[in-house]
Amino acid sequence: MHRQNDAAIEVDHLVKRYNKVALAVDDISFRIPRGSVTALLGGNGAGKTTTIAMIMGLILPTSGRVRVLGLPMPEASAQLLHRMNFESPYVDMPMRLTVRQNLSVFGRLYGVVDVPGRIAELAAELDLADLLDRRTGSLSAGQKTRVSLAKALINEPELLLLDEPTASLDPDTADWIRARLAAYRVTRGATLLLASHNMLEVERLCDRVIIMKLGRIADDDTPARILARYQRDTLEEVFLDVARGRGFAAAGEVAP
Amino acid sequence: MSERLVETGLSARRIGAMILRYWYLLTSSWPRLLELIYWPALQLVTWGFLQTYISQNAGFFARAGGTFIGAVILWDILFRGQLGFSISFLEEMWARNLGNLMMSPLKPIEFLLSLMVMSVVRLAIGIIPVTGLAIAFFGFNLYGFGLALAAFFCNLILTSWAVGIVVSGLVLRNGLGAESLAWTLMFLLLPLACVYYPVSVLPGWLQAVAWLLPPTYVFEGMRALMIDHAMRLDLMGQALALNAVLFVGAVAIFLRLLRDARRLGALIQTGE
Repeated sequence: MHRQNDAAIEVDHLVKRYNKVALAVDDISFRIPRGSVTALLGGNGAGKTTTIAMIMGLILPTSGRVRVLGLPMPEASAQLLHRMNFESPYVDMPMRLTVRQNLSVFGRLYGVVDVPGRIAELAAELDLADLLDRRTGSLSAGQKTRVSLAKALINEPELLLLDEPTASLDPDTADWIRARLAAYRVTRGATLLLASHNMLEVERLCDRVIIMKLGRIADDDTPARILARYQRDTLEEVFLDVARGRGFAAAGEVAP
Repeated sequence: MSERLVETGLSARRIGAMILRYWYLLTSSWPRLLELIYWPALQLVTWGFLQTYISQNAGFFARAGGTFIGAVILWDILFRGQLGFSISFLEEMWARNLGNLMMSPLKPIEFLLSLMVMSVVRLAIGIIPVTGLAIAFFGFNLYGFGLALAAFFCNLILTSWAVGIVVSGLVLRNGLGAESLAWTLMFLLLPLACVYYPVSVLPGWLQAVAWLLPPTYVFEGMRALMIDHAMRLDLMGQALALNAVLFVGAVAIFLRLLRDARRLGALIQTGE
């Protein structure tokens, strides 16, 4: 049993430099407690996706360390990858396979013992029953997102990483997805880390926001404290302040 | 909470999952299935009729009946074996599914093993009907090679996997811009491995190059069997030794290229 205050993710002086020139992530450190929901917020090229990819072991850091669920990543990936999962609208599920076939394959890859039973559970939770025998490529964007989410939850991960989970969805579908993610976190005690441009999503889902800019952490706190510090009503206004170089000092506050 | 198997070593279950994934894909599309038979059949018929024509007009080829047809089928085992491996890999790139696989518990070696199995499955779908055509049209029975066929097949499929593994690594590292290697690289071996003519036809320095390639031994072995009725076990042993070196080298190159892909961030940018 892990202690509740154990870190799900520990990032220590992480640096990623591509081709010895482009600095995508510039010496960032943070610690994410188990059971929390944290957002990585930042504009395009801020380093969010690179950071998440290093946490998953898809990209090797130039320097620094990543520990996931207490183990070093990517060294301990064989012990870790079945305990985590990932969802992104930018990584497709095979289009020619039916939803059931795709979930069957991923269920087996993740070591789920009762794959048909787990698919039935997910179909009920994510309203997928009518889609199971349709080809994934024939689904709408919202339906595909639900299927991707089902793939991400197939192994009931302790750590769920999400890259813009509601990108290109209509408000109703996006809200539905957020509700399911919130429910999953509560029922499973899972840790969620999401990269997002959707400020409403971040305010609604997250305990904590890490704002990134040009590969560095520009701010790191709860949404309420960040709003207070920047004297703003919404995170969107904070986002614009950070993106346009208007830090909280410019908004009349002093850093705590 | 549903039960989960935690297998940190090689997992037959994960390899099986990948084979299942490719089987679903193959059976979801009749043009994919048809394509497996189409080219080998076309090759066989073309070369088979050429062989028939020549054998009616030249004494040597009359004695060496079937060498072209045998060469066509064995070449197809080599080429289609590699293509079957590479296409299954490319399907992941085309489907933008590689990211999902690489962040799953699937190990690179398990991925390669599943691609090897699929190359044999795809080959069987294409070649078995073609060997039937060879019997029906030209009276050429590949299975008449007996145990020699097993030796030829093992050596050719090992070479095809080695080439497929290197090509897959290059595509991982460099993106789909390197895709054409999957279709063209094996043709580099066509003149050098002496598929349709003996090694002695080549100039001396090129013969030395030819003998570095495992398939050369197979095609020479086939001609020895068909023309001189001699099973050259020495050639098969030498081919196997070369294949072992080639295969281990290919896996090492693949793992190095995969590491480069992780370093360069290529696994999350699987386009061109």
